[in-house]
Amino acid sequence: MANYYIDNKDLKFHLDHPMMKKIVQLKERNFAEKDKFDYAFTDFEDAMDSYDKVLEIVGDICGNIIGPNAESVDQEGPCLADNEVRYARGTRENHEALTRAGLIGMSLPRQYGGLNFPMVPYVMAAEIVSRADAGFANIWGLQDCAETLHEFGSEEIKNDFLPRFNKGATAAMDLTEPDAGSDLQAVQLKAVYDDEKGKWLLNGVKRFITNGDADISLVLARTEEGTNDGRGLSLFVYDRKDKAMTIRRIENKLGIKGSPTCELVFRNAPARLVGNRKFGLIKYVMSLMNSARLGVAAQSAGISEAAYREALKYAEERTQFGRPVIQFPAVYEMLRNMEVKIRAQRSLLYETARFVDIYKNYNFLSEDRKLEPDERNEQKKYQRLSDVFTPLLKLVASEYSNQIAYDALQVHGGAGFMKDFPVERLYRDARITSIYEGTSQLQVVAAIRGVTSGAYLNIIRETYEKETYKPELEYIKPSLVEMTGEYEYCVKHVSDTEDSEYMDFHARRLVEMAGNIIMGYLLLRDAGRDESFLKTAGIFSGMAKAQNRERAEYISNFELKDLINFKYNPEI
Amino acid sequence: MKGFKIVLLAKQVPDTRNVGKDTMKADGTVNRAALPAIFNPEDLNGLELALRIKDKYPGTTINVLTMGPARAAEIIREAMYRGADGGYLVTDRKFAGSDTLATSYALSLAVKKLSPFHIVIAGRQAIDGDTAQVGPQVAEKLGLPQITYAEEIISTDKKEVTVKRRLERGVETVAAPLPVVITAHSSAPGCRSRHAKYTIKYKNAKSLSELQESSEDYLQLHKERPYLLIEEWSVDDIGADVGQLGLSGSPTKVKKIENVVFTSKESIVLSGEDSEVDNLMKDLIANHTIG
Repeated sequence: MANYYIDNKDLKFHLDHPMMKKIVQLKERNFAEKDKFDYAFTDFEDAMDSYDKVLEIVGDICGNIIGPNAESVDQEGPCLADNEVRYARGTRENHEALTRAGLIGMSLPRQYGGLNFPMVPYVMAAEIVSRADAGFANIWGLQDCAETLHEFGSEEIKNDFLPRFNKGATAAMDLTEPDAGSDLQAVQLKAVYDDEKGKWLLNGVKRFITNGDADISLVLARTEEGTNDGRGLSLFVYDRKDKAMTIRRIENKLGIKGSPTCELVFRNAPARLVGNRKFGLIKYVMSLMNSARLGVAAQSAGISEAAYREALKYAEERTQFGRPVIQFPAVYEMLRNMEVKIRAQRSLLYETARFVDIYKNYNFLSEDRKLEPDERNEQKKYQRLSDVFTPLLKLVASEYSNQIAYDALQVHGGAGFMKDFPVERLYRDARITSIYEGTSQLQVVAAIRGVTSGAYLNIIRETYEKETYKPELEYIKPSLVEMTGEYEYCVKHVSDTEDSEYMDFHARRLVEMAGNIIMGYLLLRDAGRDESFLKTAGIFSGMAKAQNRERAEYISNFELKDLINFKYNPEI
Repeated sequence: MKGFKIVLLAKQVPDTRNVGKDTMKADGTVNRAALPAIFNPEDLNGLELALRIKDKYPGTTINVLTMGPARAAEIIREAMYRGADGGYLVTDRKFAGSDTLATSYALSLAVKKLSPFHIVIAGRQAIDGDTAQVGPQVAEKLGLPQITYAEEIISTDKKEVTVKRRLERGVETVAAPLPVVITAHSSAPGCRSRHAKYTIKYKNAKSLSELQESSEDYLQLHKERPYLLIEEWSVDDIGADVGQLGLSGSPTKVKKIENVVFTSKESIVLSGEDSEVDNLMKDLIANHTIG
């Protein structure tokens, strides 16, 4: 019996991080619910043991149902009939298995039927599901919408919608429109309050909506007539039971084919306002996007893990020139680098999830009581860290998963190009990760704030650099310190021009340099708890140092006037 | 309707589906240490049939009854993780060596102790003995109707149950009055996975022997949550006659166990002449490899 949680010891390793003590404490509030719910935890050990046991269930369902279904789901895909999306057979089986196991709405409070899981084990479950089937992971992962309703919805909305998740309700976030993709401020779908009916009515088109025919949909709509920017947008919740939406079509995609991507038309569709008017994009969707980005990072890690395992298996079995191909340097280098990149992105993934856990729980706590000054400081600190780590993580993880899937296919040689091995599906599935929930280029736009504000440099210098690391790894630390100096120099070099276009031009290089240093330290720290990370940290820092050197070289030789050569000018 | 009282007969068995080279000891007995102990597969089909009744009639209770050593409490927990309400472990050294007759005698007494009940469900057979006798024998001893080879429980009310049976050449739909004993066939739906909430709720469910052996202190927890105790029943608890148990109560005697070892060492290379093929066929028929 395959188990995608148990067979990957790195997951348990990240679950057991020392910071979990604080997270569990914040999440469980002195285990106040232990006498109220028979599945509430009694203490820290009980909570950790329960996360472990529940992840084991996730691993079991993924290894024995979702993983084996992935190929048929990819081939069959969803279809449209009588204005309804019909999932592939395997998708239905997957969803039913997870619902029956109580694994929908995992992060919701128990009063709404959830498991009250923190982000760390929830994100881990998302990674495991994604390894089994990245397309299906979207359908399952959209339970993130429940979190948004929980954070910003009224009591009435929470009571009406949240308990449905644990019973298997699916969700969608309806943001994109034909002319509002990366630029969500341009959303045009209209919401008008009908005084007679006493409700909001939605009219307009949404496009590229993942799982568009969900039971519960969050819809971004323009409520303020005459506005053209994000401040005129509000968030609504639409109930599928109202049957006031038409599905125009399901897109035919390159990858994640099991996940239905829909074009929707709302015609006088009744919907309920979530939170306050005008906060739709600037607050609620930003929050929703942040958790969705964490979700895509988990998805990227899952795809990477699956691709690496396929490549490793093939390289061990495939014999050429009288030897298994894994014995050739060109192949074993690829495989080792894949493994190192997976470990690096995973360390960044769970570090970010921990930051999100801490500030979100302080947010919830502040609804019940006034935070103490030191709690308030922590809340702010981790919120800021989450804000700069999330786009960095999404950028790195999605790009890595593409690189890993590319190499995994390469290891297969010609066989990888055929439909006979799962790696071609993984290669196609990986491709979307660096596009949706904000392209890599847009992650850089968000992450560059971490560069210009000094947030990355600050955590590198004040936290990571000050920690003590294993003596046998001390030789790596000076490298990272040197890389930090180099990074600082490059940031200064770029900022000194005081030219925003020049900054934008080099932004990705700077963000990736910071990311490399951060992941280098995280792996160094991991090596302190698990010796198998010693080699990983060594290989990664070598790779990162060389990459950063290249970027530094490019930046320091690049003058402001060089920019003109790159600009598109149709007249030349 | 308030639901049904269901008793599930289940057995912990060595996983004979994953037989390796260390499976048999030199003396021809099963090396249990080399095989993981698992929930007998068709008992899991039985559990799923029971859980589906519970899905439909929420007041339904499912209690697992198993006979075996202390560690067999594991399968009771496993059933609880999936939705069973509790279980009883019939355990006593005096049961050792029981054949199907003695086992069904003990189980039938234990089932009686759980009266009143509506439905007893068991797997068709266990993968270690493959006799398919215990379920039917329990029904006989309890004087109840039995439906074997069940694939689906089509309907059930307080008086009657309708069941689809999987037979060698087709299916048969039969009805029987309650209470009834049903044995589940492997073609019945596979058992659902563990439920997150039940797993958290019951992960510390322990039998008395387990509590005594454990290095951790569960006493306080078990005091607060009495439903965590898996009861153990001895010969005396079920009121059994020792003479009808164990080796003395078991007419089945194992005469001889033969250890068959397949080897691929012998190979014959044929040139393909008709006479050679002819001779090979005669040899294969003579040594019963074919025919």
